[in-house]
Formats: sequence, C-alpha cells, structure tokens
Amino acid sequence: MIRTQRLAAGVCALLAALTAGIAFPAGAVADETTATAPKVDLVIDVSGSMRAKDIDGQSRMAAAKQAFNEVLDATPEEVQLGIRTLGANYPGDDRKTGCKDTAQLYPVGPLDRTEAKTAVATLTPTGWTPIGPALLKAAEDLDGGEGSKRIVLISDGEDTCAPLDPCEVAREIAAKGIGLTIDTLGLVPNTKMRQQLSCIAEATGGTFTSVEHTDELADKVNQLVDRAADPVVTPVATTGADQCAKAPTLNSGLYTDREEFGQQRWYRVKVPHGWELRASVSVAADREVNPSYGLLLRATTEGGREIVRGEAAGNGRTDVISTGLRYPKAEAEDAEGEIAPETVCLQVTHSFSPAGGVKTTPGLPLEVTIDVVHGPDASNDVASFGLGRGWWLLGALILTGFLAGLVWGWLSRWRVAVWRTN
Amino acid sequence: MRITRVLSASLLMLGLAVTPAVADSSPSPSASEDGGAPTEAGTSFRTATEIEQGQTATASGSAGDYLYWSFPADAGQRPTVKATVKLPDTHAAETWQIDVYDGLRRRQSCQYGAQTRAAAAGGTPSGGAASVDLTCVLRTVRAWSEPWANDPLPGTYYIRLTVVNLATSDLGLPVGAEVRVDSEDVGGAAAVDGSLAHPLVPGAGAIAQGGEEESTKEALLASLEPSGGWASGWWSDRWVWTAIGGALAALAGVGGYALTRGSGRPSRVTPGA
Repeated sequence: MIRTQRLAAGVCALLAALTAGIAFPAGAVADETTATAPKVDLVIDVSGSMRAKDIDGQSRMAAAKQAFNEVLDATPEEVQLGIRTLGANYPGDDRKTGCKDTAQLYPVGPLDRTEAKTAVATLTPTGWTPIGPALLKAAEDLDGGEGSKRIVLISDGEDTCAPLDPCEVAREIAAKGIGLTIDTLGLVPNTKMRQQLSCIAEATGGTFTSVEHTDELADKVNQLVDRAADPVVTPVATTGADQCAKAPTLNSGLYTDREEFGQQRWYRVKVPHGWELRASVSVAADREVNPSYGLLLRATTEGGREIVRGEAAGNGRTDVISTGLRYPKAEAEDAEGEIAPETVCLQVTHSFSPAGGVKTTPGLPLEVTIDVVHGPDASNDVASFGLGRGWWLLGALILTGFLAGLVWGWLSRWRVAVWRTN
Repeated sequence: MRITRVLSASLLMLGLAVTPAVADSSPSPSASEDGGAPTEAGTSFRTATEIEQGQTATASGSAGDYLYWSFPADAGQRPTVKATVKLPDTHAAETWQIDVYDGLRRRQSCQYGAQTRAAAAGGTPSGGAASVDLTCVLRTVRAWSEPWANDPLPGTYYIRLTVVNLATSDLGLPVGAEVRVDSEDVGGAAAVDGSLAHPLVPGAGAIAQGGEEESTKEALLASLEPSGGWASGWWSDRWVWTAIGGALAALAGVGGYALTRGSGRPSRVTPGA
C-alpha cells in the first residue's frame, strides 16, 4: 500500500513538473509594453445626415452610440483606443470652415471606459463630412510607438470636401506610416459611397463593410479592434536601389518598400556556403489598376548572371500578387579557412499599370520576406534513397534472382563435372 | 483503485495545463483560446490565421474582403482545400475563388476541383444561390525539388478566399466563410530523394540566425507544425517493397539453383562414389 502511494506521489510530481514545463512558455510569451501596444482610432461621422432614422427604426447616430458603448465595454485591455469626430462642431454653411471640422473626442491612450462613454453621449449630428482631413488628423493621433495602428472610419455619406480625395489621402498616410490600416464602415451606403469607402480601405489593405443594423455595427467594430490587438510581425522599412551595386543588404526578416510603376528594386542578401536563401515578394494593388499584371523576382550574381527566378502573373480583381524563390548555396568543397558568403542580388519588377486617372505616386506597397536557413539541400536520385517500389520492381528482382540461381546452379554442375573428369 | 483516481486526476491536470499552452503557442491572429477552430480570418499573408488540417475554421467578413488562412502540409500529403461561402439574403451574381500559395508565396495550381465558382443572383423570395462551395486539390507535396521548380514542398500553405467580380451594390455586405483542409496520404509513390534544410515556413531564417529565444518574444509569421512534427524524411514504404523484393529474389535464386540440380544427386553419380 505504502509503495503504491509513493508511486502515485512520484507520478504526480512528475506530471506536475511536466505541466509546469509545458505551461511555462505561454507565460514567457506574454511580454507587452506600451511601446508596442496596438493603437486604434475610431473616426466617427457626426454630420447632419446622421439624423436619418433608418437603422432598425432609430437614428444612425443613436445606433452608432449604442454600438460604441458595446465596443468600449469589449475593448481588450492592451489596446490604446481613441475617438475622433468629423463634422461635429460647425453647423454653418461655409464650406471652408465646415471642411476643417474634425476634433479629437477622446485621446488615443489607455482606455477609461466611463469617460469615453460620457464623451460619446454628448455627440449630436451637426455639420459637414470632411473625411480626408479627419483621416490626416487621425494618422497624427496614432503617431509614435511600434505596435500595429488601425483607423476605423464610420461614415454615412461620401466626402463633401472635394477636391481633396480621401482615397489619395489614405494612400499617402499608408505610405508614410508602417503597419497602418484603415477600415471603413458605411452606414446604409449608396453606390458612390461604397466606391469611395472601399477605395479608402483598399488603399491601406483594410476592409470595407456596409452596415444596415445596429448589432452588425457593434460586431464589426469589435472584430476590427480585436484584429488590431492580435500580435503580428511588423515589417521593417527599407528602400531598394535601381541597381545591385547600390542596393541595401538585407538579413533574414520582413521588409516593406514602395515601388512605382515601371520601376525596379534591387536588394542584396549574403548567403554563406551550405545555407539556403528563401525570398518572397508581394506587391499590393492599393489603387485601381488595369486587369492584367505580373511580378518577377530574379536572383542574380553580382556579375549579373541569373541564378533563379520567381514569376507570377494574373488578371482580374486582386489585393496582391506574390512570388518567391529559393537558392541553396552548395557547401564549399575543400574549404580552407573562412570563405566569404556569396552576395546575391534580388531584382523585383512588377507590371501593374495604373487605370486611367489614378495617381502614380507614392509607389505600390512591396513586402519582402528574406529567410536564410542553414542545412543541406541535395538529391542523388529521383526516388527516396534510390529505393524501388511496385510490382514491376518485384518482378524484376524475382527474375534476376531466378536467373542468378540458374546460372549459379549450372556453374556448380559444370565445376563438379570438370572435377570428376580430372 | 486509488492510484487510478490519482493518476486520472493528474492526467486531467496535465490536460488542462497543456490546452491553453498549446493554444497560446500559436500567435496567429485570433487562434481561439479554447483550443477550438479559429473563428476569424486574416486579411493578408502577414496576418493569415493559422489552421490545422482537419479543422473547420469559420470567419465572418464582408463581400470584397480578401480572407487568408494558413496551414502546414508535409511531404507525401495531397491536401484538399474546401471552402464554403454563405452569401447574404439578397445579392447580385458573383464569382468566388480560392487560391493556394506555398510558403514562398508562390501560387500553387489545383489539380482539380472547382476553384472558381459563380453564384447566381439571389433574393429571399426567388431563392437564388445561398452559398458557394469551392474545392482545390493540390499536387502531392514532395520532400524535395529543384530550386527552379514550382513543386509543392513541405511547409506553410496560404489560402486566399475572395470574390473576383462583384457588383458595387454588393460591396461590403456581410458574408460567412468556412474553410477546411484535409489531406490524403499518398505514401511511398511520392517519396523522392533529398530533403529541405527546413520546411518552407516563413520566418525560419530569423530563428536560424537569431536563435530560438529571440523570436519567441515576437509574433511569428507562421508557427504551426503538422501533428507529430515535420517528417524526418527517411521513412517510406519503398523500404518494405525493396526488402520484400530482395527476399523474393533470394527465394527465386534458390529455386533457380534447385532447378539446375534436379532432385537429389545427379543420376550419373553412382551411389557410394
């Protein structure tokens, strides 16, 4: 009995140790600092049209307020949330003043739910719809920090402040900041508004959702805030050169760049002997482009000889086109001392062409992943270890074995006969 | 009796402790905490939601979104990606498509299956298409191929689900998506020689150069492995075939030898010689 108990205790201790060992990494991963905290700025349209009573029988404003209360309750702790309004303060007819009307309702920072809710409750539908200026200001609100940044724009009308195209504004913002995404939500949208809001979203890799019910609004905003809270790898900004000699040298990692139409981008990677280079590139179509496009990634030596290439082509609607390549650098034979790693030049060219009337600057967003991994890459045979498989193999082996047996038998008979005659 | 109870209690404890740890170890966007299937999808390669093979992942999105998932596939597997899109009550005619990309973000062809499918315009009264089913059967994943080839290799695979033509009036309408990956084990027929240095998992280089510790702190581009880890690459049923072949050859050899000897001693040899 005592032995049994001791055994049980031992098993328990072992399991507890195992448990601790397995559970430990989970705790070690959770390492959050304010510098990397995700930031979200909710930009809400408080223009006069928000008075319309067409969302589940209540006004758009009331629906938005209700949704905001739910969102504020559900916001994860680590997210720094801010609220900005557009068209909340100037009720007049002067377009110039009306188009500057955007204000920070609640600053981006650690969330005080009660305060934020009180601020939201004060909103009354008032003025114009200056989406472009509001986005610019929202991008300023989110400035600083290394975490992911997200603007959630909730609007019920298209921008009334032309000629500043909010789509272009969004693209400029995305080109300046890294990892900034704008998601747009349209309340009971019409065709023109759908186009404008989805254009804003596509310019930054965000999503557009049309909302016709209160619960949809709350669910979607919650989903977007949660998405911001998810840890993602933040790319590092780099600028490729127009030729290999001037190109920046990249290590393993994730990089972003911009590439204009008709431009080429070069990067350099050092690949030691016995290591393998893996590179993939994707170019995002953040504006309206013509329906046929392609992407070419070439790895060349410094002398310009092509080693390997990755190609992709497509047509139709797309967010991104991507391709990749790998280049195993063979182990150096009879190596004496350290051998310098080979410098591989990577050339990226895309064949997107802008649709009519679309601005060509800034360039299209480019994402490069570089991995240099250590290890073998070789094959001596088509089949695994040169082994065979299948009925033909068995037949051939049996036949060979049989023939060998016959020959052996005849040989030994002949030898016996020879021995006997002697 | 008692030891059984103690054992089962500690096993339960272990189970409880392991489940969240396993869920946490995948820093994929919104891999659900309860260890169940993900209920979200990513919106780019970078944010793709990681799913396991055999899991049915769901997501809600808006028509026009590009939804991304990623899954691990190992050598000898032939993955089948299935997606179902639930369309809103009223919609115009639209065409949906799944694309599969490998760990190098190279597009992978589907051998067969309806990769692209159109849904007829539908409304609640007329009862048009309420959902679209898409399938893509990939080629068999090989353990190795030449760097110039586009063969599927062990590693991470990305699924992209999107609508390819859409009326402006349908932009942004809520849609639901369901994705599942299963694979058939092709076995020794696809066992090729050679193996990769490391499966084609994005972000592997950062680990190779910076050490395991440095990368665990940050989010990883991809972290899921096939259940049971990546295949080491040396075992295939070719060993069995070859061994059986060798044995049969030996038997046939003995048989052939025996045939030349006839039964017993040669008749010319007199008994007692």
